Amino acid sequence: MAGKKFTYAPAPESRAILDLRSSYGLFIGGEFVDSIDGRTFKTISPATEEVLAEVTEAGEADVDRAVQAARRAYERIWSKLAPRERGKYLYRIARIVQERARELAVLESLDNGKPIRESRDVDIPLVAAYFFYYAGWADKLPYAGFGPDPRPLGVAGQVIPWNFPLLMLAWKIAPALACGNTVVLKPAETTPLTALLFAEICQQADLPPGVVNIVTGAGETGRALVEHSGVDKVAFTGSTEVGKMIARSTAGSKKKVTLELGGKAANIVFDDAPIDQAVEGIVNGIFFNQGHVCCAGSRLLVQENVADIVVSSLKRRLGTLRLGDPLDKNTDVGAINSAEQLARIRELSDVGEEEGAERWSPPCELPDRGFWFPPTVFTGVTQAHRIAREEIFGPVLSVLTFRTPAEAVEKANNTPYGLSAGVWTEKGSLILWMANQLRAGVVWANTFNRFDPTSPFGGYKESGFGREGGRHGLEAYLATGNRGRDV
Amino acid sequence: MSDRLSVRKTYKLYVGGKFPRSESGRSYEVTDAKGGFLANAALASRKDARDAVQAARKALPEWSAATAYNRGQVLYRVAELLEGRRGQFVAEVAAGEGLTTRKAEAAVDAATDRWVWYAGWADKIMQVQGSANPVAGPYFDFSIPEPTGVVAVLAPQGSSLLGLVSVVAPVIVAGNTCVVLASERAPLPAVTLSEVLATSDLPGGVVNLLTGRVAEVAPWLASHMDVNAIDLVGAGSDQAIDLEVAAADNLKRVLRPTDEDWASEPGLHRMLAFLETKTVWHPIGV
Repeated sequence: MAGKKFTYAPAPESRAILDLRSSYGLFIGGEFVDSIDGRTFKTISPATEEVLAEVTEAGEADVDRAVQAARRAYERIWSKLAPRERGKYLYRIARIVQERARELAVLESLDNGKPIRESRDVDIPLVAAYFFYYAGWADKLPYAGFGPDPRPLGVAGQVIPWNFPLLMLAWKIAPALACGNTVVLKPAETTPLTALLFAEICQQADLPPGVVNIVTGAGETGRALVEHSGVDKVAFTGSTEVGKMIARSTAGSKKKVTLELGGKAANIVFDDAPIDQAVEGIVNGIFFNQGHVCCAGSRLLVQENVADIVVSSLKRRLGTLRLGDPLDKNTDVGAINSAEQLARIRELSDVGEEEGAERWSPPCELPDRGFWFPPTVFTGVTQAHRIAREEIFGPVLSVLTFRTPAEAVEKANNTPYGLSAGVWTEKGSLILWMANQLRAGVVWANTFNRFDPTSPFGGYKESGFGREGGRHGLEAYLATGNRGRDV
Repeated sequence: MSDRLSVRKTYKLYVGGKFPRSESGRSYEVTDAKGGFLANAALASRKDARDAVQAARKALPEWSAATAYNRGQVLYRVAELLEGRRGQFVAEVAAGEGLTTRKAEAAVDAATDRWVWYAGWADKIMQVQGSANPVAGPYFDFSIPEPTGVVAVLAPQGSSLLGLVSVVAPVIVAGNTCVVLASERAPLPAVTLSEVLATSDLPGGVVNLLTGRVAEVAPWLASHMDVNAIDLVGAGSDQAIDLEVAAADNLKRVLRPTDEDWASEPGLHRMLAFLETKTVWHPIGV
C-alpha cells in the first residue's frame, strides 16, 4: 500500500431524475392495485438505510388474482396476437428502457446498493439488449429448431433475486413474452423498485393489461406463485436451497421448471497468463457487484509458481478500489444489499479465519450507516474450508493453488455447483482443453462475468437446469415434446 | 421329437460389463402374458443399484471423451448384433408381451431400426444443438451440448424391447452412462440386450442393467447423490411424484413419465433431456 493515491472529488449522480412515489401497489391486470389484506413493507437504500418507498406485500389471494389476470390476457389477447405484433411490443419496451436508462440506473443503485458505474454501464444496457434480442425472436420461432409450430406454455410464474433486479427481470420476461406466454413476476423483497418502474414502462408501451403482472413480497409470496395451480411454467433464479424446495413442490405437476441457482466458480490462473490482465479479471470476477453474483469467481485457483506475484498484485490493485456511495460515479464497490446478507458474509468470513485461512482486506473506511463489507482475500485456503465450498455471495475471495492443469480441473470441479469458471492463459489449446474438462455451464477465457443476450447461460449439477439467453433460452418457454423438466 | 433335455439359462444382472447375480441372492419368477412360467430373473437390491451406479460413474470419463465418430461406430455395431439375435428377441417379446409373432417381429425390427437411428445422431447432435453466438464483443462465443453424466433409466413397463431401446439409446449416444431398471413384468428382452451389449464394443459400465421391482430399486436410484438424471417413464404416476421429490436432493434432471407411442418418430427430446449446454467465451485478439 505504498505510494500516494490520487484523490477523487465526489461525483454523485443526481437523484433528481427520479420521481419515486411514497407507496406502490401490486401491478395486476395493467394497473396498480392494493393488496386484499392491505399488508405492506418498506424498501430501503442499503447504503444509507433510508426508506425509499412502501411496497405492497402480495398474499395468496393477490397472487391468485395476478395469475388469473395473466391467464385472461393469455387466452383473450396475447396468444391470439400475431407474433410480429408481440415482437413490436418488446421492441417498444426495449426502446423505452434505453430512453429511461439513467432513471433506471439511479433507481437500481439506490435500491440495490450497486455502484452507478455498473448499473449504468452493465445492468441497464443489458436489459435493453435482452429485450431487443428476444423481440426479434417473436416472429421467427418456427426457425428456432423446436419444430414447425412451437407453442407457448401459458402463464409463467417467475421469481428473481436482488443482485441484478432489473436484468434478471429482463432475462425472465423478454423470452417469456417473445414465446407468447404471459407472466406473473415476483421481484426480490429488498429490490422491488425497478420492477415497479418497469410496470410503468409496460403501461407506457401500451402493453395489453395482464400480459405482465408484478407481485411484490418475500418468500411466502414466491411460494404462493410457484405452487399456484394456474401456473404452467416456473422460472426461478436464486439460492440452491430454495431451488430444491421448488423442485420438490413442483414434482408430479405439469409445470415446466427452470432453475438458475448458486455457484462457487473457480477462476483459474496459469503461469503464462498476463498477470495484470488476470488481476483485473480476478477483481471483476469476485468484486463486481460486491460479489453478489451467482457466477462470481469466488475461488481463485492460481498456479503455484506465480501465486505470490498474483496475490501481491491483487492486493495492490484492491488497495485502489473505492468503496462508498453507490451513486458516486467513481465508486467501485457499493453496499451489501441487506443486513441479512451482511450477517451471512461476516459469519462465513469469521469461519474462514477460525478454520485457519489468512484474512486480508485493504485499508478501507466503511461508512457509518448502511451495510458494508470490505473487499476481502483469504489465502492458505484448502478445499475442506467452508469458504472454499459454500457460496458466500459477497466480496470475499478464497485463494487456492495448483501445479498441473489436471489438478486445476480436479479442484475446480470439486463442488456440487457448476455454474461458471474462468481460465487465464495465453495458450489457446489449453483454454479449450480446460473448457472441455470443466463441469460448468459457462467458461470464460481471459475474461470473466461477461453476459450477452445471444449467449446461453445456466448451470450444471446443483447450479440448476435450463438456459437463459440465446436460441437455447427459448426452450424454457415453449412446449417442446415432453412437458416435464427442461434441459 | 427329440428327447434331448434343453439347457436353461440363468438370467443375471449386467453391471460393469460383468454378469453378477443379485448380491441379495434373490430372484423372481417371470411369466408370460398368460401367466405361464418363463424364467427366474435376478431380483436386484439396493446394493446392486449402488454397485451399478458406481460402475456407470467409472465408465463415464472414457465414454464421454470418446470421439463422436467412435460412439457412432460402437452403437451401429450394437445394431448389427441386435439383428443377429432377431429370432431370440422375437420369441421373448412375443412371450413376454403376449404378441403374435408378426407383431413381435415388427417390434423387434423397429427396435433395431431405432438403434440405428440413434447411432447416427452421435456425430450430429452437437451440430444441431450447438451454436456460435454473436456476442457484442471481441469473443468467439460458442455453446455445445455435453452429457449430463450418470443417468438412471426406469424402462417402460409395456414395451419390453422397443421401449427399452428407445430410452437407452438416446441416453448413451451423447456420452452419458446409465443404470437401467428393466420392465418388471417382461425383463427377458432386456437381459438378452445386455448379452448383446457385452459382446459388442460398448465399454463395460456404459449400460448397466438391473431386473427387479420398481418400488424397491427406483427410490435408491432417485435419491442417489451420484446420479445426475433420471428418466421416470417406467414408473407409475403415483410413484413418479415421490421419485421426483427424491431426485430434487441433488437437482437431478428429471424426465417425467408420459404416455409414449414407441412406434412413432421419437424426436430429440429424450436426447436433449440428458444434455447440458456449455457456453465458452474465447477471446479474439492479436
